[in-house]
Amino acid sequence: MSKKLLAVSGIAVYAFLYLPLVVVVAYSFNNSKLNAEWVGFTWHWYRVLLSDDTMLKAAGNSLLIALTASLASTVLGTMAGYALYRYKLKLLPVLVMAPLAIPEILVGVSLLIFFVAINLTLGLLSIMLSHIAFCVGFVAIVVRSRLSGMDESLPEAARDLGATPFQAFRLVTLPLIAPGIIAGALLAFTLSIDDFVITFFTAGVGASTLPLQIYSMIKIAVTPEVNAISTLLMLLTLFLIVVASRLSPDSIRGR
Amino acid sequence: MALLEIRNIVRRFGDFTAVDGVSMTIEAGEFFTLLGPSGCGKTTLLRMIAGFDSPQSGEMLLDGKDLASIAPEKRPIHTVFQSYALFPHMTVAENIAFPLRMRKAGKDEINERVRQSLEDVRLADRGGRYPGELSGGQRQRVALARALVNRPRLLLLDEPLAALDMKLREQMQLELINLQKEVGITFIYVTHDQTEALALSHRIAVMNGGKVEQLDEPSRIYDSPKNRFVADFIGTCNLIDAEVSVAGEEKMVLRIRGLGEVAARNPGASCGVEGILALRPEKVRIGAQLAPGPDENHFKGRVHDFLYMGDVTVYIVEVGDGVHIEALLPNSAAGRPRILAVGDPVEISWRYDAGTFLDG
Amino acid sequence: MAKNFGKWLISGPPVLYLVVFFVIPTCIMVLASFRYAGEYGGLAPVLLHDASGAHLNLTLESYQEFFSDFIYSWLFIKTLIYALVTTFFCLLMAYPLALLIARSASKYRDLLVLLVILPFWSNFLIRIYAWMILLGPQSAFSAALNGFLGIFGVGPVRLLFTPFAVVLCLIYVQLPFMVLPLYANLEKHDPALLDAAQDLGANGWQRFWRVTFPLSLPGIYAGIALVFVPVLGIFAVPDILGGTRGIMIGNLIKQEFLEARDWPFGSALSIMLTIGAMIIVGGAALVAGRRGKGNV
Repeated sequence: MSKKLLAVSGIAVYAFLYLPLVVVVAYSFNNSKLNAEWVGFTWHWYRVLLSDDTMLKAAGNSLLIALTASLASTVLGTMAGYALYRYKLKLLPVLVMAPLAIPEILVGVSLLIFFVAINLTLGLLSIMLSHIAFCVGFVAIVVRSRLSGMDESLPEAARDLGATPFQAFRLVTLPLIAPGIIAGALLAFTLSIDDFVITFFTAGVGASTLPLQIYSMIKIAVTPEVNAISTLLMLLTLFLIVVASRLSPDSIRGR
Repeated sequence: MALLEIRNIVRRFGDFTAVDGVSMTIEAGEFFTLLGPSGCGKTTLLRMIAGFDSPQSGEMLLDGKDLASIAPEKRPIHTVFQSYALFPHMTVAENIAFPLRMRKAGKDEINERVRQSLEDVRLADRGGRYPGELSGGQRQRVALARALVNRPRLLLLDEPLAALDMKLREQMQLELINLQKEVGITFIYVTHDQTEALALSHRIAVMNGGKVEQLDEPSRIYDSPKNRFVADFIGTCNLIDAEVSVAGEEKMVLRIRGLGEVAARNPGASCGVEGILALRPEKVRIGAQLAPGPDENHFKGRVHDFLYMGDVTVYIVEVGDGVHIEALLPNSAAGRPRILAVGDPVEISWRYDAGTFLDG
Repeated sequence: MAKNFGKWLISGPPVLYLVVFFVIPTCIMVLASFRYAGEYGGLAPVLLHDASGAHLNLTLESYQEFFSDFIYSWLFIKTLIYALVTTFFCLLMAYPLALLIARSASKYRDLLVLLVILPFWSNFLIRIYAWMILLGPQSAFSAALNGFLGIFGVGPVRLLFTPFAVVLCLIYVQLPFMVLPLYANLEKHDPALLDAAQDLGANGWQRFWRVTFPLSLPGIYAGIALVFVPVLGIFAVPDILGGTRGIMIGNLIKQEFLEARDWPFGSALSIMLTIGAMIIVGGAALVAGRRGKGNV
């Protein structure tokens, strides 16, 4: 395959990937209600966004949910990742990876039935519980991969030199996998903020999150306000991902 | 009382037996080596002594106390790992201080011992560096210092010089011998390199397939290998199939097919037994013409091939009917006119007690 | 003894959580597919109590409904076709890109991979919305296309709310999932293999087809698995871009659960979807495995 042909087709695919996003961002500054022609530069839609109470409430919910979900799933996911690495339990990998492998709609729908069956009112709590369920797997993978890259003889050496198993974990293993744990937490946070499908089914009428708000805006009344919130969300995610990839490059690529 | 007594240790992994009923005693203050090819069980045995693995049967007694119930962190045994296992997120000084911290030693004692330790391994000015900034040889010394700072009863070394290049390895070998003499701590050293084992150890246990083939001083292992495996594994050795023809008290006569009768030292075999004649090449004299003594085996043959190795030349001589015997000739031997060429007629001879009879 | 305790202490909580919030909901859903629909939607009780005691209130109604009307199977087949087309084009587009990145100088590789991942990290809905803009009748792209077609006298084509829009967006959304495993595989190829092939007389195309491509098969399979299965269940893309003509099985499931509130039927559809996906993936794995064993 000639180098030039490869480069050209590669660039074409990159263009394909970025063009739509560029359009979204560009039109967020467009001085027109329609996403059609460029009229003029304006901050108008961002101002509308900031005074949109429903949107702000949804953003607050998203943040709250993401914070709790990422915290809980990081703790559970780190434990799962360590268990995957250390103990060769046969069913654990299947259990942890299954929510990631099957189509999201199935996870969402089954959780909906479940919450109704146990009489839990759909709202913030049901969303949080659902998010934790699918974030645990991702954190586990990140932590597990970080553990695999660690030199096994290091915690062993610690024990050899007099450390109890817990001391060896605390003083040697933990500092060495800390970047992976943080990367996992950031990953969980991003997934939670972004999640649409599972949230869609488990939110009920009680709560709204940012993606749900965006969805209803797209379906009902499209204005460039959607572009504005999209741009802001993109910036946030970009920031989080860059930080995460600095901390643990391999785990992000593995995603 | 021996420092470490190992009795009938067995360790299986599924249907693979890594350590098959191994017993040995290790004395205080000695440099003891476990030598053998990969898979012979030496590393498994070492890990069991350190406490990272448990035998399925058998026991290990340190100073008379059974090790089985003692967790690795509580054993007065420290290990120098093959990869050194220096904590990358701690400085050199912090690495060395680690075992002292685990022992909850006082801050002053820690500082003093670490400082002394760094001086001992000639890294006094590197205390604040991180392992990643050191060379291979320096890291090795830090690993040693870290394992010794607590003055353990026993130091285990798992092929610590394997990652170093030849020159550095030779240097470190000398340092290790001196270090062990200085600190007087018992070393148990694991290696697959037989020259290293011969150079460093007070005693060697040659292992193969989970069993100890021979346990003795280096010179006795070299001169009197007990069986074919040891003879072959240690140094180079001529190993020729032979049958006992006459078995005297000290001397014996072996019949070798294609060659005839050869006198050898009798380790106690009886007539009619089949086995192997083990003969070290450096004990075989070679020359265009030789005047053999009365106690020597003497044969005439031709040079089949040779290997020039700089300091010596190894000749493969064909004698009798297709029997090949290796002979070693130093290239600086006095009065030697030239290197023999392939096809040259030569004579070889060796003292009868240079060759041993092995059961195979 | 202590070792086992540690094992359960560490793996216990995550296992417990997943059992409660994943395994049990799945089981409940399986059960739900055999229940009657409740009076006001949702599910009827499993046990009915009347004069003669408790009876199991279960039925095969939902599954019968599925098989009775061909439209449901047709929807499945349509979804399958969309998934296959999407996977195919993803592979076609991802391969050159993955190859390009794998062959670049190592200092650029991380950056190039990050550039592939970045768009993916923007919100899912935003990416769909972006195509809504691009394919809308007022967009520059539509105008240009219609202008071009107008030259040949072909009437203005509507791009939005068509199966075309759905598949295009599906490809867009799933592309990174195909690029990454492919890249991970291609990166590990030993360049010496290609040199050896060239040395032995292979030209450019032969080197690709006989060395690179076979070695990349595991990456291709991984990419296909990551693209094909999720697409089967997707509903957001057709929901926003598909109009009435471009719906997939996911839309129907969503409709049954949230609008028609026929939960048993929705559950049955979900079960059928899962079984279908497992059969296809399992079958493909078998085929791949057998071919793999036969290869040298």
